[in-house]
Amino acid sequence: MEVGQKRVNMLGEDETELRLGLPGGGGDHVAAKNGTHTAKGSYNGKRGFNETMDLKLKLSSKETAAATVDEGKDLPKERNLLGGSGDSVKPPPAKAQVVGWPPVRSFRRNILAQKSSTGGHEDAAFVKVSMDGAPYLRKVDLKMYKSYQELSDALGNMFSSFTIGTCGSQGMKDFMNESKLMDLLNSSDYVPSYEDKDGDWMHVGDVPWEMFVDSCKRLRIMKGTEAIGLAPRAMEKCKNRS
Amino acid sequence: MCLAYMMNYFPEEVLEHVFDFLASHRDRNAVSLVCQSWYRVERFSREKVFIGNCYAIIPERVIARFPRVRSLTLKGKPHFADFNLVPSDWGGFVLPWIEAMARSGVNLEELRLKRMVVSDESLELLARSFPNLRSLVLVSCEGFTTDGLAAIASNCSVTPLGELAIGDADAMVGLILVLAMITPKVALTLFLMELDLQENEVEDCRGQWLSCFPDSCTSLVSLNFACLKGEVNLAALERLVARNHNLRSLRLNHAVPLDALQKILMQAPQLVDLGTGSYVHDPDSDTYNKLKSAVQKCTSIRSLSGFLEDVAPRCLPAIYPICLNLTSLNLSYASLIHSSELIKLIHHCSQLQRLWILDCIGDKGLGVVASTCKELQELRVFPSDIYGVGSAVVTEEGLVAISAGCPKLNSILYFCQQMTNAALITVAKNCPNFIRFRLCTLNPTIPDPVTMQPLDEGFGAIVQSCKGLKRLSLSGLLTDQVFLYIGMYAEQLEMLSVAFAGNSDKGMLYVLNGCKKLKKLEIRDSPFGNVALLADVGKYETMRSLWMSSCEVTLGACKTLAKKMPRLNVEVINENDLIDASSDDRQKVEKMYLYRTLVGPREDAPEFVWTL
Repeated sequence: MEVGQKRVNMLGEDETELRLGLPGGGGDHVAAKNGTHTAKGSYNGKRGFNETMDLKLKLSSKETAAATVDEGKDLPKERNLLGGSGDSVKPPPAKAQVVGWPPVRSFRRNILAQKSSTGGHEDAAFVKVSMDGAPYLRKVDLKMYKSYQELSDALGNMFSSFTIGTCGSQGMKDFMNESKLMDLLNSSDYVPSYEDKDGDWMHVGDVPWEMFVDSCKRLRIMKGTEAIGLAPRAMEKCKNRS
Repeated sequence: MCLAYMMNYFPEEVLEHVFDFLASHRDRNAVSLVCQSWYRVERFSREKVFIGNCYAIIPERVIARFPRVRSLTLKGKPHFADFNLVPSDWGGFVLPWIEAMARSGVNLEELRLKRMVVSDESLELLARSFPNLRSLVLVSCEGFTTDGLAAIASNCSVTPLGELAIGDADAMVGLILVLAMITPKVALTLFLMELDLQENEVEDCRGQWLSCFPDSCTSLVSLNFACLKGEVNLAALERLVARNHNLRSLRLNHAVPLDALQKILMQAPQLVDLGTGSYVHDPDSDTYNKLKSAVQKCTSIRSLSGFLEDVAPRCLPAIYPICLNLTSLNLSYASLIHSSELIKLIHHCSQLQRLWILDCIGDKGLGVVASTCKELQELRVFPSDIYGVGSAVVTEEGLVAISAGCPKLNSILYFCQQMTNAALITVAKNCPNFIRFRLCTLNPTIPDPVTMQPLDEGFGAIVQSCKGLKRLSLSGLLTDQVFLYIGMYAEQLEMLSVAFAGNSDKGMLYVLNGCKKLKKLEIRDSPFGNVALLADVGKYETMRSLWMSSCEVTLGACKTLAKKMPRLNVEVINENDLIDASSDDRQKVEKMYLYRTLVGPREDAPEFVWTL
């Protein structure tokens, strides 16, 4: 019997050693008996998987279909196990689901589905943060923080990084003087505000943290002068301060 | 005189007494094959009967052979039914069994069902017919409602079992209900000792079932309703716990808040197994402080599970005092605990033998498990994000760390992003004692990401090293080669699960030819076809069952097989009317399930199931 024969062969030294890479070709050890090692074999299993994906994809997209078709075309050419186009193995596209995979019981699946929909830590609450005078905006995930203090620290870190990078324009250089920035941040002139669900600009810190996270749509760190409604000229004066 | 003659002079009572020591049904099956007299003695003395496939035999014949049966275990649907691959009305009805036992006057005390359809009518009949019923275990079953359970409860109260129940407490006597797919509003009775609801999808319940425990019920040993989604009457729960001093195992559901838990623990410091409910709370509160002191009194807890969400990180430390003695920890439903908190918890759990956890513990967390839990025997790492691509939360590194750190490891279920051959080879060297090895890569055909090779070598190392391996689940990119290794080395293998693997019929043939002890083979989405199916038809009579779906077998081959092997039921499950009477034999069969049977085709098969 073929298997028994192989057993005898495999009881040699190198043959029994299980190591990375295959000693010979894909499933074909008939060649091995003759002392030649043919590398062959297409991954029919993989093809099977792709066909399955084709049939069973619940969310099919052009991209998905294209990927599947491409892989189907590639298969006859690809697949020299000892080399060759190893990188044509692609993971399934995101969101593609095969029935019953991964093999998790329905009960567990439902619990996981529930948890992610009720917003565990997987749900992010990204909001834009603008700071007056900064060259560009940032984004923060409010769910990463548990208190106003944590957020404030994080924002401080975030905007202080502007001082590290190089920058072209003169105006921005002024701003990126670290001490000036820290003055701004630490002074009472610095007022963080946020736009809430109703579109109103509110002062940060008035409501409980959770309520803030729920209602905040974007953040703006204003200069104090602007916050209390001073004239734009006054604001410009502040900007040009050296 | 030789021993054989001497044995013949043993009175049957002696033989029976000797057979009493044989607990396993396999041992009993073996002794019954020795000779006629042993067969006879054994069959009259067997009280626990295990039927791995309810369609392999009919109840009347079981009862005829084992008239003194008191405990019956039945399994119905194929394993892949757990993953929605089997239509729900495929079969597995328990009613005929209950009817037959009722007619024959069997003194049934314990009924354990897995993946079966249990109707209210069955439960009502069960309740009426078996006054000594003490234990009902239902795992992954379906088809019944609270009316059926109420019937069980109300009818069971007819007999005065108070003394019996208490007397047999250690033997886990009682009404054990492990339910699925039901809305429980159960009227339970005096001698109920165990109510255990596990892993079921239960509709929102009205919450008054707990109040149905009568005041006179003081015999509870185990109460587990963790899977229920609805609220329970907390006052009733607290009173129940207070009066059931034998309560050893208590698993609450998500709706039970922390302050109730604290009160319960005060009443039940003798608990051995605890499942918490919802854990969200403010760490600075009075309740939390009371919980801390209550937990400190629970020095017997060895097993912990629950929904320990950690919105307030500082609340988990309340549990640290019991961690030192824990042998079993199941945090696989606690998906909101941050991995750093999990790691801190694990640091305290040096006696763990069993750990079920989510992959958000990460490789780093598994490293901590490896260095802390030196007694670990069973590890299950479940996926926390199955709907998206997911970040690489656990990889081969975690598994390698565990294998290096936990010398007693013998059972693993590991869902991971990726796996390498090198890792599997290392794991095989570190842990030659695996009995169960189940690996699941989230992408079912992912190769070794370092070498881009299939995982054949890795799994080959596992089967070669783990000589006692009984159960194996494969995943990742796999060719026929891995099956060659399995056929050659996996001599003790009883169950093999295959998905998206192999290149040709050779793969399946290697397994069928090589694995002499194979009992269950389940294959999906793999290119195995008629040649493999028909090569050794006699093999299937040595196995319990074979499942093949989305493979290459054709209708014609299935018909051929069915014709050659009258003692197999070859079922074609034809859900979408893809096959009909006029179908060509060359048409591929989407789902085929075959199993050995002594009684021919079943009569309860639905329309879409054809027994060829």
